[in-house]
Amino acid sequence: MVSAGRVPLVSMRGIEKTFVGVKANSGVDMDLERGEVHTLLGENGAGKSTLMNILSGLYTADSGAIVINGEPRILRSPRDAIRAGIGMVHQHFMLVPTLSVWENVSLGLDDQPFFLDKGRVIEKVGDIQKRYGINVDPMAPIWQLSIGEQQRVAIIKTLYRSADILILDEPTSVLTPQETRALFRTIRQIKAEGHGVIFISHKLDEVMDISDRITVLRKGRKVASVNVKDVTKESLAEMMVGRKVVFQIGKTLQNPGRVVLEARELVVRGDRGRVRVDHFSLDVRQREILGLAGVSGNGQGELCDALAGIRKTEKGSIKVDGCELAGRRTREFQKRGVSYIPADRIGTGLVTGMNLRENIALRKYWRKEFTRFRLFIHWENIAGRTGQLVERYSVVNPGLGFPARMLSGGNLQKLMLARELSDDPRVVIAVQPTWGLDVSATLFVRETLLEQRDRGAGVLLVSDDLEEILSLSDRIAVIHNGRLMGIVEDPDSVTEEQMGLMMAGTCLEEFSPPSGDGSLGQEKEVTPSP
Amino acid sequence: MDVLIPVMAAAVRSGTPILYATLGEILTERSGVQNLGLEGLMLMGAFSGFSVTYSTGDPWLGVLTAFFVGVAISAVHAFLSVSVGANQVVSGLAVTMFGTGASSLLGRKMIGLTVKGFGKVPVPLLSEIPVAGPVLFDHDPLVYISYGLVLFLLWFIFRTRQGLNLRAVGESPVVVDAMGLSAARLRYLYTMIGGGMAAVGGAYLSLAYTKMWGEGMSAGRGWIAVALVIFAVWHPARAVLGAYLFGGVGAMQLRIQAAGTSFPAPIMMMMPYLFTILVLLVISVKKGKGILIDAPGALGVPYSREERT
Repeated sequence: MVSAGRVPLVSMRGIEKTFVGVKANSGVDMDLERGEVHTLLGENGAGKSTLMNILSGLYTADSGAIVINGEPRILRSPRDAIRAGIGMVHQHFMLVPTLSVWENVSLGLDDQPFFLDKGRVIEKVGDIQKRYGINVDPMAPIWQLSIGEQQRVAIIKTLYRSADILILDEPTSVLTPQETRALFRTIRQIKAEGHGVIFISHKLDEVMDISDRITVLRKGRKVASVNVKDVTKESLAEMMVGRKVVFQIGKTLQNPGRVVLEARELVVRGDRGRVRVDHFSLDVRQREILGLAGVSGNGQGELCDALAGIRKTEKGSIKVDGCELAGRRTREFQKRGVSYIPADRIGTGLVTGMNLRENIALRKYWRKEFTRFRLFIHWENIAGRTGQLVERYSVVNPGLGFPARMLSGGNLQKLMLARELSDDPRVVIAVQPTWGLDVSATLFVRETLLEQRDRGAGVLLVSDDLEEILSLSDRIAVIHNGRLMGIVEDPDSVTEEQMGLMMAGTCLEEFSPPSGDGSLGQEKEVTPSP
Repeated sequence: MDVLIPVMAAAVRSGTPILYATLGEILTERSGVQNLGLEGLMLMGAFSGFSVTYSTGDPWLGVLTAFFVGVAISAVHAFLSVSVGANQVVSGLAVTMFGTGASSLLGRKMIGLTVKGFGKVPVPLLSEIPVAGPVLFDHDPLVYISYGLVLFLLWFIFRTRQGLNLRAVGESPVVVDAMGLSAARLRYLYTMIGGGMAAVGGAYLSLAYTKMWGEGMSAGRGWIAVALVIFAVWHPARAVLGAYLFGGVGAMQLRIQAAGTSFPAPIMMMMPYLFTILVLLVISVKKGKGILIDAPGALGVPYSREERT
């Protein structure tokens, strides 16, 4: 693949970037050849996105050199990068939601001075769609498109500008398995035309599938650059994390008990007034994890907000232990034993400007043991409790009096778990609980959820990481566009293919009963019940 | 019908200053900046337009001056909200306070003076049309310019590349930035032009509507314009409807007062303002019912490229 004497398409040398005190990149080197897919692999916070934001001109490097096609370049702004032939598909696609597809593609083009030449843009978009097998309606406004379609628009946008270097930042994290395969076909076509593709991911199977070369980053530094044929999934994981990684997770078989959380025909509206949850029903039983799978943005967040009592339900019923709670105050939900680990731990979950004690107090301050004369907060008792919890959940912290924002992502989430799970809740609702966490924190969160299940809680786990859902859940519900697509009673009987179809909007009943071969590629340790 | 024609004509006349300010604010807000300084900008426009017209005798020079005074003052607002990332509400209120104070201080000597200003120029042929003629085409030139401005903005915002950039920067500045355009430059540009238009609205009051200067003569029209932008859903065509509706309420109450009624005058004078509150109330209730009110997504949010949360 890498032959001597040829000028690489991109060559980055000694890239340094510091954000107020945090070293995001230090001395990173990376080369990209024509006709290759080069993967940037690393855990969250390893500096992959920073490096690529530098290459796309959004950030400026503190030092280091970028050479494109043998020519040294200084990329001061995205405009410079676009001129140098670099096109980036960001994790958040950089599309204006209120504008249509063709308007988004037109944005910032400088080939037409004043008028919008709609016909020409649409025609050229049509050509690109044919050539790369990408399908999307050019007249549709962005907000009406699914996440997968939006990603296709973002890709079309860079191809329209005849980008020679295509950067894809975690493109598969929002796709169903089928959509991922279609994306890979497009990537191979782009590669075959002699362009270079930089692919960012932390999913090892995909990385092994699509890459020619892999550069591993850890804590802002380059660990290695390797050819894909020289490595295995295991060795990559070790490079990425810095030590041996255990993929297996111990899960015992449990007999689920009574239904603890029962939702019937729920209708919930989103922030902008649209119906996001559409007559959705589910049951969560004691000693089980019900996984809720779906492409992100299909109403999972709104559903869980409603189940946790922090969003109004328009219709339907929510029962916890048989007690109707729909329309009741949030605290009623909490008193009944509903715990909530929301997707945005910084916005909804914790108050990062407040200290650790105060964050722990948020859910408990009204309780008798934490008040004096039922009027004042008993800070000594809260501090004592916080101390215990921080120890039990091994939250690495600079001190209980420091603001929560000084904690790393993994420790923030542990603090969140400590607050929500320490009182033996009946129902645990966890949304994207491992999102953005490193391997060890991810493992901790998963084990904690399993502990809750084994203790007797009903756990509702929402994740758009299919692997996570498949490995932790006892049953799986699939949501698409706010509707229930079906409930899989035995996760081992369903193929990833079928899950993907359901996530894309096919009801479970619509396809023939699964053959039950369990070909999931999941390592799972299940001990049969006595 | 014959009774209504003069009222409708008066509605257009008294709606015109509000229309200028509303159109200006629509441009500003569509770029993602909120300028609550409209009231101050209108007063500065009214004062500066009047004083230049008084000393030169040329009302066109007055309007031009008012426009540039508006541009200059909003440049300060743009600097604070775009470059410094200051709170736009506070900065906008400061512009209003500055405009109110400065115009009343500088304009003291002008009180009681009059100018010839803009007179009626009936449009040949068009003004002969029954009803529409006297209502729409028997006015001063600034009214006709406002018609043209509405048509121009409709075309500009929805049909041109620059208009696309404007719509995009108010919605998602980060996208505009990533596409190689300058979000800051666009925001400066439209904040300044929008401010200039508000000042022209003010100049209309002192050069065409009353032809004299009076302290605080905009009488809350700037605030009404701020509310009208919401009523208009950031759309120039609906701004026309709103501005004339409010102009009509104002004109109507004057006429009812003049006709002699036992109804207390202060309450009559409250009508346009009560109407403003009513309109905002109706819009908010609608919003709660799930009807989309499309404020630009990034309205009032400063943008800086490397900011990390």
